[in-house]
Amino acid sequence: MDGDRAAVSDEATWTQRRGSARQMLLLWALPLVFLLVFFFTPLAAIFRVAFQAESTGEAGIAAAVGRSLGFTVWQALLSMLLTMLAGLPAAYLFARYSFPGKRVLRVLTTLPFIMPTVVVAAAFNALLGPRGLANVFLMDAFHLQTPPIRLLNTLGAILLAHVFYNTTVVIRMVGTAWAQLDPRLGQAARVLGASPARTLREVTLPLLLPSILSAALLVFLFDFTSFGVILLLGGPRYATLEVDIYIQALQMLNLPLAGVLSAVQLACTLLITLAYSRLGGREVVPLAPRLHGEGTTRAVTARQKLVVALLTAGIFVLLVSPLAALALRSVTRLDAERGQRGAVNGGLTLDYYRELFVNRRGSLFYVPPAAAARNSLLYAGSTVVLSLGMGFLAAYALARRSKINRVLDPLLMLPLGASAVTLGLGYIIVFNRPPLDVRSFPALIPIAHSLVALPFVVRTLQPALASIPVNLINAAAVLGASPLRAWREVELPIVGRAAAVAAIFSFTISLGEFGATSFLARPEYPTLPIAIFRFLSQPGALNYGQALAMAALLMLVCAAAILVLEKAQD
Amino acid sequence: MNRKTVFSLLLFFLLLTACAGAATPQATAPAPTPPAGAPVKLTVLTHDSFAVSESLINEFQQANNIQVSFIKGGDAGAALNRVVLSKGSPLADVFYGVDSTFLSRALEADVFEPLDTPMLGEIPAEFQLDPQKRALPVDYGDVCINYDKAYFAEKNLAVPASFDDLLKPEYRGLLAVENPATSSPGLAFLMASIAQYGEDGYRDFWQKLRDNDVAVVNDWETAYYTNFSGSSGRGPQPMVVSYGSSPAAEVVFASTPLDEAPTASIVAPGTCYRQIEFVGILKGTPNREAAAKFVEFMLSRQFQEDMPLQMFVYPVNQAAVLPEAFQKWAQAAQQPAQLDPALVSANRQAWIQAWTETVLR
Repeated sequence: MDGDRAAVSDEATWTQRRGSARQMLLLWALPLVFLLVFFFTPLAAIFRVAFQAESTGEAGIAAAVGRSLGFTVWQALLSMLLTMLAGLPAAYLFARYSFPGKRVLRVLTTLPFIMPTVVVAAAFNALLGPRGLANVFLMDAFHLQTPPIRLLNTLGAILLAHVFYNTTVVIRMVGTAWAQLDPRLGQAARVLGASPARTLREVTLPLLLPSILSAALLVFLFDFTSFGVILLLGGPRYATLEVDIYIQALQMLNLPLAGVLSAVQLACTLLITLAYSRLGGREVVPLAPRLHGEGTTRAVTARQKLVVALLTAGIFVLLVSPLAALALRSVTRLDAERGQRGAVNGGLTLDYYRELFVNRRGSLFYVPPAAAARNSLLYAGSTVVLSLGMGFLAAYALARRSKINRVLDPLLMLPLGASAVTLGLGYIIVFNRPPLDVRSFPALIPIAHSLVALPFVVRTLQPALASIPVNLINAAAVLGASPLRAWREVELPIVGRAAAVAAIFSFTISLGEFGATSFLARPEYPTLPIAIFRFLSQPGALNYGQALAMAALLMLVCAAAILVLEKAQD
Repeated sequence: MNRKTVFSLLLFFLLLTACAGAATPQATAPAPTPPAGAPVKLTVLTHDSFAVSESLINEFQQANNIQVSFIKGGDAGAALNRVVLSKGSPLADVFYGVDSTFLSRALEADVFEPLDTPMLGEIPAEFQLDPQKRALPVDYGDVCINYDKAYFAEKNLAVPASFDDLLKPEYRGLLAVENPATSSPGLAFLMASIAQYGEDGYRDFWQKLRDNDVAVVNDWETAYYTNFSGSSGRGPQPMVVSYGSSPAAEVVFASTPLDEAPTASIVAPGTCYRQIEFVGILKGTPNREAAAKFVEFMLSRQFQEDMPLQMFVYPVNQAAVLPEAFQKWAQAAQQPAQLDPALVSANRQAWIQAWTETVLR
């Protein structure tokens, strides 16, 4: 089997050609300079400061590392497996079926990715908390004295939240590859007598393996460096390396220990990425471009209808219901809940939305919602442009065969493993004077976001680029197409869908990112997540309601933008 | 063969980004009204909770021909880190937001220049913790337990009047506190317990509080909005560690006008911890004169009277009159707990470690 595949892929895809040293240099130059200036330099600077400072006892360091490393790996592994379990059937649904409302449903599955953790914690509480909808319903229905669901501050809450956040990665990455898969391969297997299960196991899954592995790697790394979910939903009994780094750096002001922990986290990221490339994430089978929607069918038989209905229902419960609970809360008069004991009028209200547009206290830092939305979109748009620009170069370089790729490929993934706190402090040391000054250079925010988005972009683009069959390009050339025309009409349609997915990833990463933004943002240019936090940092029903209203606005803005991006790809 | 296209696309992208970056400030910068002569540009670094009335800052800018811009540096710890890391090439001219628990750290790092101003005469000595006048007090607040009035009335339950009361069985599972390793009110509450029971006795108190089912979360937002039943989040616990001024905020930010606060603070002797926040001129500023003017402005009656409803803290300037909402619903503790900043600085890490082992492990 392996030998066969090697024979197929050898020289069959044009991008598998060996890249000359000059080519590689040209392709790698910009992405490398970008990483060097905006990633490695600030990182080196903060490590230098951390390791120069007086250490507070070596024994404590080893114990601290051991304690959180084990849990960090364990929860990331579990979360990743569960996310794949939820994501793969969903990817199958989107890749192989067409059904009414499919586009909207796919956009909805993306929204969790951008939601700030504080708001998600509120949503989970509204649904599953001690007085949440689910518990109240169960207590009423079965006359229970205590809430039957005790989820908050457990490992279960962490896992559930990670699945909630990252399923979209699997849906987008694997789903896109699945949709592009030639349906005739599966049909041939069926004609030759293979059962559906065998076809899946021996034809479909092996062909999807590169994208499944890529998605698994990204999800694992995201969970590995998880911060907000652990802090807010896991509660104080759980700490990942990232949480410990935050506590040591910003609360204990113990930079040496924070430095050691970040170094461990980076080293682990590197090891995981290396293991992944060993596993064979690079085997590529050429794919002829499929017509859009060629492999999808309507559900016709009762069985197919059942499959679609069940999967859709699953997606609704897992991904959409917390968002719906949030949106519902943002239009519910909240005093009523506490006033159930008194007589305060309840019901629905748009007060919180109206209040967003009023600067009641005449505050200098009042955030007009339109301005926050504009800033968020501007940062996100710049991130898309920047990360796709860099990502295309790196993906083209990676799609060629060259020894240098083996060294540089893992480096691209490192920003995913760098702690936001560490990098943020590094930025403060390095970008301290013009022209690159934290104070006056708002572009640092999209740059920081691009660092996180770049691995996603490259992992999405590279398999698509690498799979373009060389004979298609040759055929175009023989038929008289200029190289530009061949690129536009042969390569771009194949890569276009991957590029749209990559754009959606970098867009949503930027829109939802909070750590780097809060470190680098100027108060004049607040983003939507920052506005949400500002409301939540003071007591009062209006503040809480406005935070939820702002979160609903964030969902709306994001959904609209993704719809535009998806339309553009067709 | 398509490298050219890729490069031209990339060039286009980069240009676009550059434009977007350059366009931002013009698009959103508040239009300054320039008086005669170029105004001095002053940068003030604050923690995230800083807030002030726009009109007040405008007045200051016009009166002094100074243009103020603010940088928000994260929570109190993050902002202080920025100041310490950028020492020598300071990010700002003035830093506001170091509190009494972090004060020693700031003074040890020697980031401030002293400022002796007659304004200090209007501020009681109890707030002036730095005799060398490098860090000047601006405001104070008390970290207190808030309780849900309706819950206690409905259950006909007396409100606890001391830390010892919290250990009684009738208050089992009714209190939510924050982790002192991740939350500033959480740390303040831990220190109140240390002030009460001493360094030998506080672990015992926490062990008993743990046995009495205290709920622990990592941050104030979760504690207040997810755990506390008196807030809009409709949580399970009717008591939460918050601020003495939170009940006033509940009234000011009510979505339907209230004539009574839904929550109140327990202000019994020793149960609240007093936090004082300081401002200072950062060492190495080229704008010392303007920086001094801004610090004096923060201590002035005008600014001090604006602060309560913007940040929900108390003014240190005794001449400042409290707004009505504060007089009615906010409660300042008469005998708050307080620890020596040097003691806090020396022991913070050990205390938090001990607390973690007692309450979480």
